[in-house]
Order: sequence, then C-alpha cells, then structure tokens
Amino acid sequence: MQALTNRVQQVSRKKMTLWERIYLPEILKGMFITFKHIFRKKVTINYPEQTRKFSPVFRGLQILNRDEEGRERCTACGLCAVACPAEAITMEAAERQPGEEHLYREEKYAAKYEINMLRCIFCGYCEEACPKDAVYLSETFAPANYQRKGFIYGKKDLLIPHPKEDPEGFAKAKGDRAIRPEGHGNEK
Amino acid sequence: MHLLAIDWVVFTEKLILIIAVVSGSLVVAMYSTYAERKVAAIIQDRRGPNRAGPFGILQPLADGLKLFFKEEIIPKFSSKFLFILGPGIAMLTAIMIGAVVPWGNKIHIFNRDVSLQIADVNIGILYIFGMVSLGVYGIMIGGWASNNKFSLLGAMRAASQIISYELAMGISLIALLMLTGTLSLKTMVAQQMDGWWYIFKQPLGFLIFLICAFAETNRTPFDLSEAENELIGGYHSEYSSMKLGFYLFAEYVNMFLSSAVMVTLFFGGYDIPFVNDQTFINTIGTNWMAVLQGAVFFIKIVCFLFLFMWVRWTIPRFRYDQLMNLGWKILLPLALFNMLLTGALILLHQNHWHF
Repeated sequence: MQALTNRVQQVSRKKMTLWERIYLPEILKGMFITFKHIFRKKVTINYPEQTRKFSPVFRGLQILNRDEEGRERCTACGLCAVACPAEAITMEAAERQPGEEHLYREEKYAAKYEINMLRCIFCGYCEEACPKDAVYLSETFAPANYQRKGFIYGKKDLLIPHPKEDPEGFAKAKGDRAIRPEGHGNEK
Repeated sequence: MHLLAIDWVVFTEKLILIIAVVSGSLVVAMYSTYAERKVAAIIQDRRGPNRAGPFGILQPLADGLKLFFKEEIIPKFSSKFLFILGPGIAMLTAIMIGAVVPWGNKIHIFNRDVSLQIADVNIGILYIFGMVSLGVYGIMIGGWASNNKFSLLGAMRAASQIISYELAMGISLIALLMLTGTLSLKTMVAQQMDGWWYIFKQPLGFLIFLICAFAETNRTPFDLSEAENELIGGYHSEYSSMKLGFYLFAEYVNMFLSSAVMVTLFFGGYDIPFVNDQTFINTIGTNWMAVLQGAVFFIKIVCFLFLFMWVRWTIPRFRYDQLMNLGWKILLPLALFNMLLTGALILLHQNHWHF
C-alpha cells in the first residue's frame, strides 16, 4: 500500500532476542527511566497561588475604561453592540447633566451597560469597534456562577477601578495592555 | 483446671502488642495511599496531593472521611451476608499476617523480657502462607456476592492468579527453608544477625519470591483482578463507601506486611547491618536497642513499599495469558531449579566440599 506521508513507521514484528525475553533487564531500564523523572522539574504550577502569564493577545473579560482623571470614556454610541456577533451587549444612553463633568468624559454616557457573558464569545470585535477606547478585553475570564443572572455583567462589574482613588486596582485591571499606549489605532 | 488458667500478664502484654501492630499497620497503610499518590505524581512530573495540611499530609484522613460519607449501596440481587463478609475477610486476613512477624528483638520492662512478636509460632512461614491463601476468599466472596459478571470475572482472575503464583512462591521458599532449617521467623532473623543475609545466599529465590509477592498482593503488573479498563474495577465494582475502602485498604495492608515478610526472610529483619549487636546492647541498653532495631526494620520496609509503588508506575499490566505463562512456564520451573541447586549445594557442603 502506498503511504500517504513519509512519516509512516512500520510496526516492528521481529522476534524478541533472548535478552529482551528475559524481561527483567528491560524492566530495570524502564524503572531507571521513571527514577530519572523524580529529579525532573515539575511542569505543574500551584494554581491559585501561582498563575501563568496570559499571552498579550489573550481576550478575556471586558472592562469599561476610564481616562486619566477617572471619567468614564463610554459615550453609548452603540457601535460595540452593533459589532457584537453574539448580540451580548445592551446599553441605555443618558445625557450628562451639568455638574457631572467629573464623572463622564462626553456629553452622552451609558446609564446602563450590560454584557451577557454566557453569550459573549470573546471575539474582541467590541474592542475594535469602539471609537472612544472605552471597552477593552482584559486578561481575566468570567468566574463560575450558580445562576444565569450572575453572568449578566452590569456597569458595576465592568467598570475599571478609579485611577486616582484605587491606582493599584486600576493598573491590575488594565493589565499588560497598559504597556501599549498607542492603543489599537481606533482612537480619535 | 490448671491447664486452662490464663496468665493475665502475658495476656495484657500480647493484647497491647496486638493493638499496637494492628493500629500501626493501619496507619502505615493509610499513609501508603498518600505515598502512592505522591510517588505517582513525582514520577509523572506532577505535584500530587498538597492541599490538605502541610504537604498534604492530612490527605488520607480526608480520603477516609470521604469514604465514610459516601452512600452505602448493597445491590438488590446480591447475597447480602456474603457481600458484607467479603471486605471483612480481605481486611482480616491481611492484618493477621502481622501476628508472626518479629518487629524487634525484645524490650525489658517491669522486670520482664517482652518479645516484640505477637506469636513466635514454630510454623511461622506456613501460617503466613495459610493467611495469604485465605486472602483470596475475601476477593472471591466479594466478586461472587456482587452478582455481576465483571465482578465475578475479576474474582476468578484473582483466584487463579493467586493460586498459580502461590506454587512458585512456596517452592522458592523451600530452598530458603533448606538453608535455615526452621520455619520460625524469629529464628531466621537470629541466624541472619550472626551470618549473611539470606538475599546473598538465595538471590534467585528472592527474585521469584518478590515477583510472587507482587502477584499475591494484586499490585501492578499483576492487578488483572481490578483492571479498570477491562472490568470496571473487577471484584469491587459493586462496592461503595467504606466497604470499598476496606478492599483498597486491605491491598495496602497486604503490601506493608508482605514487605515486612520479605525483609524478615531475606534482608535480616530487624538486624542492623555492619553492627555488632551485643556490644551495642551493652552501651545503650536493651530498650533503646529495640527502638533502633524497629526503626531499621521500618526503613527496610519503606524501601520495599517504595519499590512496590515505583514498579506500579513503571510497568503496564500483563495480559491474562502472559500472566499464566509467566507463572507456570517460567517461575515454577525456575523455582524448582533453584530448589534443586540449593539442595545440591547443601549436600556437597555436608560432604565436606568447601568452597
């Protein structure tokens, strides 16, 4: 039969030599191999205490971004919701009132912003669609939950910590993406 | 009436010793499960249980607790009495082997010499063989009572395997017994303390005995009776909760005690190598000597336990025909040859052929 690739290896059916048929030397060889593994470095990490680094292109849970003064960047244009292939994003817009300039960056903001994490496929289209650099895919993933409603993330869950009041949390939530100040090119 | 009188001092002394040995073997068996998982993990470049307590040393307790809390199911069409009897027998026979193993020489306490052996019967080895043979009943009864084809198959395999390998084991021991001239384990240890360990005089016999011990304890590569991928767990597939725990536990107790027997027979028992025992006793006293001997004995046993685990995580399981081939066509003739060779050498030696 013609082999399809050159990686084919024929199964060896040759008779065992006497040395192999004694069987014990081969067992000792095998046991020596397993013994060597005792001194190998472990590949497992102690997960909850240690975590592996995510790759820089990892697409995790969304976060709603703030600017340097801690104002929400989202202007509720709805482009992310339009771009979303899984239709996971819903939002309600509201107008910024006088005196709220320290809360919202633009004149219009999202009063309600929800992402259904059971629908979300973490494709990152929302991040690409956003003209205001407001939604990011972070380097975490949605934790388990007992109820469906626990997976519908509101603004409370999505908003990044305030950069002035909680700079540590801000840096942590932003992750390594903060290293790329140039963003992804969609900024105004 | 005088014949039936009980010596209460001896009674208490033996009772304490029995309790110590039984609980000791159970604790060792408990930590063997932990060690097994740890060894498996280390050999496979993993970490093993490390969550329950520091280094996971409370893991056996957690496992035991889990087994106790599981639902206890007795299948509807099983024979209930035998179903419960099975694991009991398996455990009982496993523990009873410990009765004739000398755990140390003697301690001197309350002006009495207390021997650290529950029963120094003069047929020690025969007793062990009897107990090992009874052990198959635990498996057989469990497999039969489950009223399940897979369980019965597993039990049949176990029975035929143990019977086949007992033969080679017995014959390999005959050669040893020709050297020792006694069946008492304590005397054998005493002989090894003065002379060479029997491993040097009976290397082939030891090898056969070791292989057979693997088979008798149902350890890999001879664990056909509980082959998960063929028989869904074999004889204990219908068992749950602590009855299952008893079966699994009995395997570890068996492992511990067969290691103890092998150490006693071939590796000098509680003999401390390269040390003159009498001078040692004079310097540190009988009791400390007993402690030291017990520790040495335990270290030797632990080495054997590690060997059991090491082999388990190295070698795949035999096929059934390979198992029978090995038992009947290789080990049995080999054991017979060993017996003849030993006999011939002893005869030559007795006729003043010094070599």
